[in-house]
Amino acid sequence: MIGELLALVGAVLILLSAVGVVRFDDVFARMHALAKASTLGILLILVGAAVNLRNLNDLTSVMLAAVVHLLASPPASNMVSRATYLTEGLPEGAIDEHAELSGGGR
Amino acid sequence: MTPATFVILAIAAMLFMVRLCIGPTLADRVAALNGLVLVGMGAIATQAAHTAVGSFLPTLVAIALVGPIGNGMIARFIESRRS
Repeated sequence: MIGELLALVGAVLILLSAVGVVRFDDVFARMHALAKASTLGILLILVGAAVNLRNLNDLTSVMLAAVVHLLASPPASNMVSRATYLTEGLPEGAIDEHAELSGGGR
Repeated sequence: MTPATFVILAIAAMLFMVRLCIGPTLADRVAALNGLVLVGMGAIATQAAHTAVGSFLPTLVAIALVGPIGNGMIARFIESRRS
């Protein structure tokens, strides 16, 4: 019961971040919206599955998936946003603190 | 409660598909694909929570490993196109 409730809350969080991915204006805002689902949303669903499961093998599989995803997903998103910044720069009107600190240029 | 969860995940998948189709840059499409991977992981975990059967959980681990690695590879590809 409580595991399914946690999974429902996580699914609602994923839906909210999908709305953010569709409606936000530029690439970085969209990736920022997606990061909420990829950490808290998926973690809530995995905790919901872990609450309902009884077998120790299944529990360790869920924990391994959660740990691997939490360790691997933020660096990958960081690589994508860094590559986007290096190739296309920031959107119009954004303050480029990196260029200011490094004396112009990317 | 579980059918509502699956409906919500399906709506989220449709929204991610919209961004996958209309996304102007490659990074938008990467973000949308990442969201679709999340929806798949959420569906597998929700099914495991509903039935309390863990047969599909190794698939969950595999998807959690492969998704960010693919993201990183696409990031290297975007960066290599820098002129």
